[in-house]
Amino acid sequence: MSIDLQTVKKIASLSRISVTDAEAEAMVPELNNILGWVEQLGEVDVTGVDPMTAVIPNKLRLRDDVVTDGDVRDKVLANAPQAEHGFFAVPKVIE
Amino acid sequence: MTDLTDLTVAEIRDGFRAGDFSAREVAEAFNANVASAKALNAFIVETPEKALAAADAADKAKAAGEALKPLSGVPIGMKDLFCTEGVQTTAASHMLEGFKPTYESTVSKKLWDAGAGMLGKLNLDQFAMGSSNETSYFGNVISPWRRGGGDNAALAPGGSSGGSSAAIAARLCPAATGTDTGGSIRQPAAFTGISGIKPTYGRCSRWGIVAFASSLDQAGPMARTVRDNAILLETMAGFDPRDSTSLDLPVPQWEANLSSDLKGKTVGIPREYRPDGLNAEIAALWDRGIEWLKDAGAQVVEVSLPHTKYALPTYYIIAPAEASSNLARYDGVRYGQRELPDGAGLQDMYAATRAAGFGPEVKRRIMIGTYVLSAGFYDAYYTQAQKVRTLIARDFEQAFEKCDLLLTPTAPSASFALGEKQADPLAMYLNDIFTVPASLAGLPAMAVPGGLDSQGLPLGLQIIGKALDEQGVLNAGLAIEERAGFTARPEKWW
Repeated sequence: MSIDLQTVKKIASLSRISVTDAEAEAMVPELNNILGWVEQLGEVDVTGVDPMTAVIPNKLRLRDDVVTDGDVRDKVLANAPQAEHGFFAVPKVIE
Repeated sequence: MTDLTDLTVAEIRDGFRAGDFSAREVAEAFNANVASAKALNAFIVETPEKALAAADAADKAKAAGEALKPLSGVPIGMKDLFCTEGVQTTAASHMLEGFKPTYESTVSKKLWDAGAGMLGKLNLDQFAMGSSNETSYFGNVISPWRRGGGDNAALAPGGSSGGSSAAIAARLCPAATGTDTGGSIRQPAAFTGISGIKPTYGRCSRWGIVAFASSLDQAGPMARTVRDNAILLETMAGFDPRDSTSLDLPVPQWEANLSSDLKGKTVGIPREYRPDGLNAEIAALWDRGIEWLKDAGAQVVEVSLPHTKYALPTYYIIAPAEASSNLARYDGVRYGQRELPDGAGLQDMYAATRAAGFGPEVKRRIMIGTYVLSAGFYDAYYTQAQKVRTLIARDFEQAFEKCDLLLTPTAPSASFALGEKQADPLAMYLNDIFTVPASLAGLPAMAVPGGLDSQGLPLGLQIIGKALDEQGVLNAGLAIEERAGFTARPEKWW
């Protein structure tokens, strides 16, 4: 399947990346080229094969349900583009 | 007097202990080389004061007769993908320009705790996405190597750990950290005539490393000798409860157990790694490598890894899929850059921030990842790729019933000129053809230099081992290193 300009714009929007029309147009052949190439995987017979979940058999560990860090608010906010009154600040989201 | 910057990690460690030189002399010598090599653009941030502080601590401890640490007196370079407390960490992106972590990555902390000093943060492909170091926001890294015959074309140091490989080959640091998702330690090592090992997935903690594709990302060392790689890996590896896929296993004594005697070992030669049209000089080096391993006592057998040709397309579904998810965190809210056009709402801010913060290759991979994970396409692309990944891992399991190690070339060509492959993303992806399969299977794999091609550029051999058998990989690497006698180094022009 090949993707068109509209699909590229939709993917960009889902990816939260703004693109100009010219950028989107340039991406159409690029992405089609790559997607056309990976589509060869469709020819592999995977009947009865489970998808890989872990390369090395390894159990997910459980730990005690206790706080292991915290009290680092200022560190968490230290690199924020905009922090106010101990919070991350963003543009207004309520219409 | 010997130039201190020509010494290996082992020689620096041992010479410092023996009192042949002070740690400060070593740090000053490397700081001077770093300062005079701007033309290579290997470093994004230089931290001479950190190298000197660690050196002074080592000298002081030695003068006081205190016990020395494993890497006391050894300065190293740190790939700028590892978070370093208080020192800018960018992943070579505009997105993270100015980001100063308030914490230290596990791997870098282990190295500093072991006495190593930091010379600086090394340049790389943006978010570790690239094979030539041409995607860095901070400019291309230039390989110290040049083709012979007066050809001064700027060559690629490989990628993504290209700052690391260039800096080591140019004697700006004796060793450095790298990370490897599909070949990002091994391919740059091969391009610059040095060694590097990607350990088994889970050996080194991923905590504090800027994430690219979490099921593939592994840290590892890069250095000029196999022994130096063993020394560094011992410090970098180990269980970390803060990484959910960290292996809870003791760290072997890889350096103490190094042995180039391969008697009783069987080395497999995968026939699918010799495609029609394989570069003749690389094929010839591979044949020499086979002879070297036989000379070291190994048996050699041909093996088959039938799904090899599907490894790259599998990788280019899985890695972008994981990247699109991991890089969703760059939203302009919590850290990094923010673009806020006049009157923009929250969604507009996200889209503008990410458009300005990411380079073209990063955007391309995020969008491919978003597409293959989107409703209606998930099973056709992502699930299928994960199933093929199972088959690729199974290929290795079956091959390892007949052999202990695999020997292959590291990359399909020697280093190429910057700009040569940039126009076609697919041509660039093909560079990882020999390194990606071991990444998909989580296996330890190492690049060691084998010789020079007719243009005078280094070529590397790759050893792939069974899961957790870093020792076997290092030992075979040592056997090749001893027989290849690779002493070539780039002539200084920078």
